[in-house]
Amino acid sequence: MTDSNRTGFGNTAARLLTIGGLISAVASAFAWTAGWLDPTRLTPQRLIDQVEHNIGVHAGYRRAHAKGMCVTGYFEGNGQASAYSRASVFTAERIPVLGRFATANGNPHSTDDSVPVRSLALRFDLPDGQQWRTAMNAIAVAPFATPQTFYDQAVASRPDPATGKPDPAVMQAFFDAHPDTLPFRTWIKSFTPSSSWANGTYNGLDAFRLLNAQGNSQAVRWSMVSELPYAPLADTDKTDPDFLHRDLQRRLNQGELRFHLILTLAAASDPTNNATLAWPAERQQIDAGTLVLQQAISQDEGACRDVNYDPTILPDGIATSDDPLLGARSAVYSESFNRRTFENASASTSTRP
Amino acid sequence: MKSPATHYFHPLARSLHWSMAVLIIAMLFIGVGMVASVSPHHAWLVALHKPLGIALLGLAMLRLIVRLTHSTPPLPTDLPGWQKLAAKLSHYLLYVLMFAQPLVGWAMLSAGGYPIMLGSSLQLPPLLAQNIQSYALLRPTHTWLAYLFFATILVHAAAGLFHGLIRRDGVFTSMTGSRH
Ligand code: HEM
Ligand code: HEM
Ligand code: HEM
Repeated sequence: MTDSNRTGFGNTAARLLTIGGLISAVASAFAWTAGWLDPTRLTPQRLIDQVEHNIGVHAGYRRAHAKGMCVTGYFEGNGQASAYSRASVFTAERIPVLGRFATANGNPHSTDDSVPVRSLALRFDLPDGQQWRTAMNAIAVAPFATPQTFYDQAVASRPDPATGKPDPAVMQAFFDAHPDTLPFRTWIKSFTPSSSWANGTYNGLDAFRLLNAQGNSQAVRWSMVSELPYAPLADTDKTDPDFLHRDLQRRLNQGELRFHLILTLAAASDPTNNATLAWPAERQQIDAGTLVLQQAISQDEGACRDVNYDPTILPDGIATSDDPLLGARSAVYSESFNRRTFENASASTSTRP
Repeated sequence: MKSPATHYFHPLARSLHWSMAVLIIAMLFIGVGMVASVSPHHAWLVALHKPLGIALLGLAMLRLIVRLTHSTPPLPTDLPGWQKLAAKLSHYLLYVLMFAQPLVGWAMLSAGGYPIMLGSSLQLPPLLAQNIQSYALLRPTHTWLAYLFFATILVHAAAGLFHGLIRRDGVFTSMTGSRH
C-alpha cells in the first residue's frame, strides 16, 4: 500500500470492503440455505433424482405409485369420532371424495403384480372448502422410519447394469446399516397381497393428532378397511398385467364398494415418531364413517391425475405429529407433483380441458 | 394531502420499510430453505410461509398508501442523474415485487388445486381455477421472481450502505431517521 491509501482513500476502501463483505455474507447465507453449497444435503430434488436414476423418467407420471386408477364417491361420517376431533368430516354428512388406487411401483408400465404393495389415496372435499388428503398403503408398518433410509435404499437398490437387478451384497449392507427396515422386512415375509384393490386394508401408517372442540389432542393412526373379506392373490390373477384395473372396473360396474375409516387411538406410551413400529393390537378403535366408491376412471382422464395427495393437507381438527416422514413426504410429493405437472402441461395443451 | 418535503421519510414509512425488509428477507430464506428440506422443519416452515406472505401483501398495500399520501425527501442535488434514475427504477421494481411475489404465491396454489390455508382453519378463496398450464407458469415464476427480488434487495442495500458509509449525504439517514 502507498502512503495515500492510509488516509481518506484507505478509509474509503475499508468501508467499500465492509459493504462488499456484508453483501456477500448475506448472499452466501442464502445459497447455503437453498442447499446450493452442500451437495451432500438430502433435498427433495436429490431424492427424486435418485428415484429417476433407478427407474428412468416416466414423463407426466408420479415418481412413485405411478400406475393406478382414479375413483370417485363419497364419505359419510357418523359422529363417533367427534368427541376427539372437531373436523367436519366426522359429522354425519356426505362429503365428496376423489381417490386413487395404485401399486407402489414408480414405473407406470409395470404389471399389476410387480410389487406387493398397493395404495389408496383420498381427497375429502369438506363443505367449508377445507380438504383432507391422505395417502395410505396396504402394509402393516412403514418400510423405513426416516427419509434418509428411503434415500439410502434407493441408492442401494440401483439396478446393477449386468443383471438389471439390485446387487444383493449392497442390499444386505444397506439392511445391516438400517435397522429401521427390520419390522417391515419381518412382516412382509408372511404377507400375501389381496386379490383385488377392493378387498384390501389401507393404512395411513404415520401418526397424526386429533384436536377436539376443547383443544385436546389425541395421537391417532388410521386405516380404510374394506367391507369385503380379504382373499389372497392367486397365480391365475397374474396372467393379466392389468388385473387390478380390470377387476376394479368390473366390480364398480356391478355396484358400490364400501370401506370403513378406522381410527386407532394411541396410549401415552405409543411412539408417534416412528411409523415402522406398530401400536399394540388392543388399542381403542373407532369406526368413524363409511367410504362409498362409485366410479372408476383411468388415471389419464380422471381428475386424480392432477392431485398431490400430500398427507399434511389437513382440515381443522386433524394435525400432523412429530413423525419425521410427514414433513419429508410433503416436500418430496411437492417436487414429484411439480415435475409431472410441468411435463403434463407442456405435453397436453390440447388433449385436456 | 402531501406534507412538505423534509430530510426524512415519514416515521410510518420508516417503520414499514424496516419491518418489511426483515420480513421479506426472512421469507426469501424460509422459501428456499423449505423447498430444499426433507426435515421436520419443512412442515412448519410452509405453515409459516403462507400466512406471513399474505400479511406482507397487506403491509405492501398499506405502504403504497403511505407512499402516495406523503412526500419523500429529495435525493441530493449532486447525485449523478443515472444514479437518481437507478434509485427511482429500483424502488418501482421493489414495489412491483412486494405485490407480485405474494400474489403469485396465492395464485400458484390456486392453480395447483391446493386449499390455501393460512392456519389450522383460516382459509383464502382461490384466485383462479385449478389449471395445470397456469400452475406450470406460476410455480417457476414464484421461484424466479424470488431470485430477482433477492438480487434487487442486495443491490439496493449495497447502494443504501454506499450512501450511508461513503457518500454520507443524508440518503441513508432519511430512512433510519438518525441525525448522523
Ligand atoms: C420419506 C418417505 C417417502 C417418500 C420419499 C415417498 C415418496 C413418494 C412419491 C415421490 C410419491 C409420488 C407423489 C406424487 O407425485 O403425487 C409417493 C406417492 C405415494 N406415497 Fe409415498 N413416500 C414416502 C412414504 C410413504 C409412506 C410412509 C406411505 C404410507 C402411508 C406412502 C404412501 C404413498 C401413497 C399411497 C402414494 C400414492 C398417492 C397417489 O396415489 O397419488 N408414502 N410417495
Ligand atoms: C426487503 C428488503 C427491502 C425492500 C423491499 C426495500 C424497499 C425500499 C423502497 C421501496 C424504498 C423507497 C422508499 C419507500 O417507498 O419506502 C426504499 C428506500 C430505502 N431503503 Fe430499502 N428496502 C429493503 C431493504 C433495505 C436494506 C437492507 C437497506 C439497508 C441498507 C435499505 C436502505 C434503504 C434506504 C437508505 C432508502 C432511502 C433511499 C432514498 O431516499 O431514495 N433498504 N427501500
Ligand atoms: C413476500 C412474499 C413471498 C416471498 C418472498 C416468497 C418466497 C418464496 C421462495 C423463495 C420460495 C422457494 C422457491 C423455490 O426455490 O422454488 C417459495 C416457495 C413457496 N411459496 Fe412463497 N413467497 C412469498 C409469498 C408466498 C405466498 C403468499 C404464498 C401462498 C399463500 C406462498 C407459497 C409458497 C409455497 C407453497 C412454496 C413452495 C412450493 C412448492 O413446494 O413447490 N409464498 N416462496
